[in-house]
Amino acid sequence: MQIDLLPRERSTGLQNLTILIGSLLAGLLAVSVVFALNGVNPALAIFSIFRGSFGSWYGIKETITKAIPLILIGSGLALAYKAKFWNIGAESQLLVGAIFATWVGLHWGPHLPAPVIVPLMFLAAFLGGALWGVIPAYLKVRFGINEIISTLMLNYIAAEFVKFLVVGPWKGASKGGYPYTDDLPAQAILSHFSYSRISPVLLVLAIIAALVLGWIVYRSRFGYEIRVIGENTHAARYSGINFFRTSLLIMVVSGGMAGLTGAGELMSIHHYLSYPETISAGYGFTAIIVAWLARLNPAFTIVSGLFFAGIIVGGDAIQISMGMPAATVSVFNGMILVFLIMGDFFISHKLRIRTGRASHA
Amino acid sequence: MLDIIVSVLTRTIVAGTPLLLATVGEIITERSGILNLGMEGLMATGAVTGFIVTFITGSPWLGMLAAILVGALLSMLHGFVCIGLRANQVVSGLALTMLGLGLSGLWGKPYIGRPLENRMGHLYIPGLSDIPILGDVFLNHDWYVYLAVLIGLLAMFALKHTKAGIILRSVGENPKAAESQGIPVNRVKYIAVAIGGALAGMAGSFLSTAYSGSWNEGMTAGRGWIVIALTIFALWQPSGAFLGAYLFGGIFVLQYMLQPLGISPNILAMLPYVATLLVLLIYGLSASGQRRMNAPATLGEPYVRGER
Repeated sequence: MQIDLLPRERSTGLQNLTILIGSLLAGLLAVSVVFALNGVNPALAIFSIFRGSFGSWYGIKETITKAIPLILIGSGLALAYKAKFWNIGAESQLLVGAIFATWVGLHWGPHLPAPVIVPLMFLAAFLGGALWGVIPAYLKVRFGINEIISTLMLNYIAAEFVKFLVVGPWKGASKGGYPYTDDLPAQAILSHFSYSRISPVLLVLAIIAALVLGWIVYRSRFGYEIRVIGENTHAARYSGINFFRTSLLIMVVSGGMAGLTGAGELMSIHHYLSYPETISAGYGFTAIIVAWLARLNPAFTIVSGLFFAGIIVGGDAIQISMGMPAATVSVFNGMILVFLIMGDFFISHKLRIRTGRASHA
Repeated sequence: MLDIIVSVLTRTIVAGTPLLLATVGEIITERSGILNLGMEGLMATGAVTGFIVTFITGSPWLGMLAAILVGALLSMLHGFVCIGLRANQVVSGLALTMLGLGLSGLWGKPYIGRPLENRMGHLYIPGLSDIPILGDVFLNHDWYVYLAVLIGLLAMFALKHTKAGIILRSVGENPKAAESQGIPVNRVKYIAVAIGGALAGMAGSFLSTAYSGSWNEGMTAGRGWIVIALTIFALWQPSGAFLGAYLFGGIFVLQYMLQPLGISPNILAMLPYVATLLVLLIYGLSASGQRRMNAPATLGEPYVRGER
């Protein structure tokens, strides 16, 4: 038997889907092996995770609650990654968005009605995230600084800044010494569907954002430029695309979406700014996998966002029901991501297995 | 006052040790053209492995060895995905971090909060270690501190003056030329990734078996990411890793000592990251800086044999 690896010229949608599902199943299998080696019944653990997230109304509602930030951030990341701009700073773009929204909410909120203050906070958060996102874009196109490193550094800088704010100048007088800001005024709080933590405003926003960004990437002039840059940066520079402007715009959108998410989490879930780990909750990193699983199509993040939100919610459930550590979810995410990128190889390559004696070597 | 200075310097050397080990590892990996963003996960896995093996066998040396092995093995996953399958190195590195943090949490759960009876021993040279100030600062540390210095010096020498070092650099700079010289490019990359993983694992076991003598989820506390920054700060030179690791270690120590003076520990904690951005900016500002900066030419790019 002989196995050949041949480059695949182009792959069909069906092949892509098959490879995607194959990668997911292989990832689940690998997770099972890890669980089994650690003395955990893998079938029970995986079943419990999905029962925890999709097996009850409570689970489904929590899954949707957590899918919203993943979709909002993931769709923006997908757009940036399509241009091969490796923004891994969504975590801090979210935080800076939350800082801006908090300031607007606390200062102007008490004097303005809800229909004014809510959009204003979203806008401020988008601008904050966009600003934090444009810095690495500018550093890249102007000074050739690698965006992976700069976005990574900015993550830590913003996280420390949030800590500085909540233990220092922004510490709320009403919080009895806890490192939280004061509560946002009532008109800045988003209401929920009854018996859930799902904000209808955010849900609609997430779905529309994913679809619109999907349309932008695949149907608009801006999207065309994004894809050209992603396929060949050098060619893009000589094909009349304004590389500087497009790169900055990509990060305005990508950072802005993460910033927007920060405002949404604040207004719907937390109601005040607190420690950075609480506010961002790792969404900025998980959204990277969400974008990847969506094959960098922003519209598909609706599905992949729900999937990973399900894993987060199910992961919380098995911590309680099976006494597994919080890190279990990371094993899940890491393993699935590894297999997803392994699967990419088979989208660009095909295996040909020839059986029998190779007559002509 | 003198007491405080001695104490700060002593603790700076200790705090810089895991950074030095892992940064030298990342420098070697990146010099081969492979970017490994998984250091945080590798360190965490090394920390838990070192702890468990030391806890069970009672030997911190066996713990160190196990951490080195597990770090090297786990990094081979990154190696296979990036070298064998030529996948995206950024995403693979992030996956490795998640996986490493996850595995360490899973393995370490039964050991949370259990103190280690046998920590890594201290080097004690009769006479020399008793010298006031100098002896305290430099000659009264555990073995990891001296091993880290030794490994750093070795890497410094090897990269510049040995055949292995020249081969490693040529693979990262111009793999096609290296291949045509008969150098097995992919094998060199695999070895470089393994060395990086091994040193990250060792840095992790320092944290759990020498520094704190206990295991806790998240005990690597972002050091793996500082290492990524330090590698650039060091301009991919082990000599720069010495400077950067102890400098950043010093900031880490000062963070809490300056708090009573009204200096926010959070603002100080930003310094390593701001410093790294500034270094990048200073080099980026001059047109020739990009070249002088020394970044391996093919860093992050997949290498396809025989492709033009």
